[in-house]
Amino acid sequence: MAVLVVAEHDAGTLKPATLNAAAAAAELSKAGAGDVHILVAGAGCKPVADAAAQVAGIAKVLLADDAAYDHALAENVAPLLVKLASGYSHLLAPATTAGKNLMPRVAALLDVMQISDIAGIVSQDTFVRPIYAGNALATVQSKDAIKVITVRGTAFPPVEGAGGSAPVETVASTGDSGLSHFVKAELSKSERPELTSARIIISGGRGMQSGDNFHLLESVADKLGAAVGASRAAVDAGFVPNDYQVGQTGKIVAPELYIAVGISGAIQHLAGMKDSKVIVAINKDEEAPIFQIADYGLVGDLFKVIPELDEELGKRNS
Amino acid sequence: MKALVAVKRVVDYNVKVRVKADQTGVETANVKMSMNPFDEIAIEEALRLREAGKVEEVIAVSLGVQQCTETIRTALAMGADRGVLVQTDVELQPLAVAKLLKAVIDREKPEIVIVGKQAIDDDCNQTGQMLAALLGWPQATFASKLTIDGENAEVTREVDGGLETIAFKLPLIMTTDLRLNEPRYASLPNIMKAKKKPIDTKTPEELGVDPTPRLVTLKVEEPAKRQGGVKVGSVAELVDKLKLEARVI
Ligand SMILES: Cc1cc2nc3c(=O)[nH]c(=O)nc-3n(C[C@H](O)[C@H](O)[C@H](O)COP(=O)(O)OP(=O)(O)OC[C@H]3O[C@@H](n4cnc5c(N)ncnc54)[C@H](O)[C@@H]3O)c2cc1C
Ligand SMILES: Nc1ncnc2c1ncn2[C@@H]1O[C@H](COP(=O)(O)O)[C@@H](O)[C@H]1O
Repeated sequence: MAVLVVAEHDAGTLKPATLNAAAAAAELSKAGAGDVHILVAGAGCKPVADAAAQVAGIAKVLLADDAAYDHALAENVAPLLVKLASGYSHLLAPATTAGKNLMPRVAALLDVMQISDIAGIVSQDTFVRPIYAGNALATVQSKDAIKVITVRGTAFPPVEGAGGSAPVETVASTGDSGLSHFVKAELSKSERPELTSARIIISGGRGMQSGDNFHLLESVADKLGAAVGASRAAVDAGFVPNDYQVGQTGKIVAPELYIAVGISGAIQHLAGMKDSKVIVAINKDEEAPIFQIADYGLVGDLFKVIPELDEELGKRNS
Repeated sequence: MKALVAVKRVVDYNVKVRVKADQTGVETANVKMSMNPFDEIAIEEALRLREAGKVEEVIAVSLGVQQCTETIRTALAMGADRGVLVQTDVELQPLAVAKLLKAVIDREKPEIVIVGKQAIDDDCNQTGQMLAALLGWPQATFASKLTIDGENAEVTREVDGGLETIAFKLPLIMTTDLRLNEPRYASLPNIMKAKKKPIDTKTPEELGVDPTPRLVTLKVEEPAKRQGGVKVGSVAELVDKLKLEARVI
């Protein structure tokens, strides 16, 4: 038996979340689950398979290259995993929107319960996962033969993306289900790091008042090499796109430094960032709950504080 | 055409949950319970489809203990036409919920089924996808926009990189994301009216489904608490701390 990790990619590049899932797979392997394989399913995704082959600790890469797998439509990719499943004790994917979309479909087709968003591995069949917006940690044991799992990236430091030399094996396509058709994507373009792999994040909330004002944060972000995030309130208000949302129902992040600006600190927001190494809160309300978890709190008007911070960083960088 | 919506009874999102001393779960006695917020969005979307003349009937289904009737009543007060309660005291996990919903769907034959993307108690984010798999239907997860034209549907999805639009043929399972709509409040007259709307009760046995959990919860613990830190008096002090003390910039 072996462990299969579903690669997250955009046909051209292997996404870092794959390396976190591979780290969880490596732990399972150490616990006796056998070799770790990576599945790259997509269209024109050979470069991704080549990148996956270099990931440390991988014994084999499976490449399913077919138009049906373009855009990772769950209706098409799930049958592929079901076909491959008999050779594996564990099927893992990162707990990204792609992984969350695909894996429960696979689990149901295999008649097993998925274990969502694991943050710890106790043994081959026992896992720790956050529930209630991370306000409780459940240790659960699976009674199913195949464990279908999504992995919380922040809980598993990534394996090295280089140094390996796994063979790439081609697997046959299971074809197009015809159930769904990709129409278009409107992806946010940014020169800044991705939220889930950034070392520093600066996030804005309702206190930012407008989308334009996010330029204040962007300027600071560029000086720090940081990613920009947001609370749900800022996204709902249309200040920034949905993919900025950090929290229970958005992205889970744990950077070295998280700076929350004009964010009150609702439990749903904290759920997405409270495992950050250092937290800074900037808020004009000294009673704001965010200060209860911040390592450094600065009470003040962000429209005064952020330009000052920008200037101070500029001075010290030069 | 019918729309079927699954509504889960969960601990209200404003409640700060407490882990039970015996580590068997979280405290739910005397705690405010509400409809899962994503399911309010699901009901709202179904009601809008009815108001736009795309569906004739909206059915709200809840699964679990007797008190789930209250959650169904809330859906009926928002405007759903009738309810189905699948009553059981067994702990229900998404695979069992999906099987039970499938059994209800096989009887009701809706063309569109809307569920929340995630229950805010178990944070599983599975049920809609599992249900789609069991039915062999397409799945439009994390929806922020739905358009239906005859038997064609187009759904815009919130994904990690931004937005994605996928086309489907009905019947379809859709799971709601936060930006799909803003759910209405139930008006007092509608709350009164809801009391007279029918709720049909079924059991897992009647539906021919074994709901036994596949995951055994061994224990539930409180996560490590973050230590509160210090307040700084100025931006210069903050930058000093980050550079010299925390060494993160
Ligand atoms: C089902 C569900 C899921 C949710 N998921 C998420 C999620 O994933 N992520 C998330 O973030 N939220 C989520 N929420 C929403 C959450 O409950 C809060 O409503 C939200 O996080 C509040 O955002 P905020 O802190 O920006 O806004 P507010 O709570 O309004 O706080 C704004 C803060 O800005 C401060 N402020 C205002 N002006 C200034 C100024 N000039 N200078 C300095 N400070 C200022 C105020 O003092 C205040 O503390 C969810 C809610 C539900 C029901
Ligand atoms: N017991 C239940 N009763 C009604 N609906 C449910 C139940 N469990 C899950 N659901 C539906 O499935 C969605 C996702 O739940 P989950 O997969 O548990 O995160 C919820 O938002 C509900 O729409």
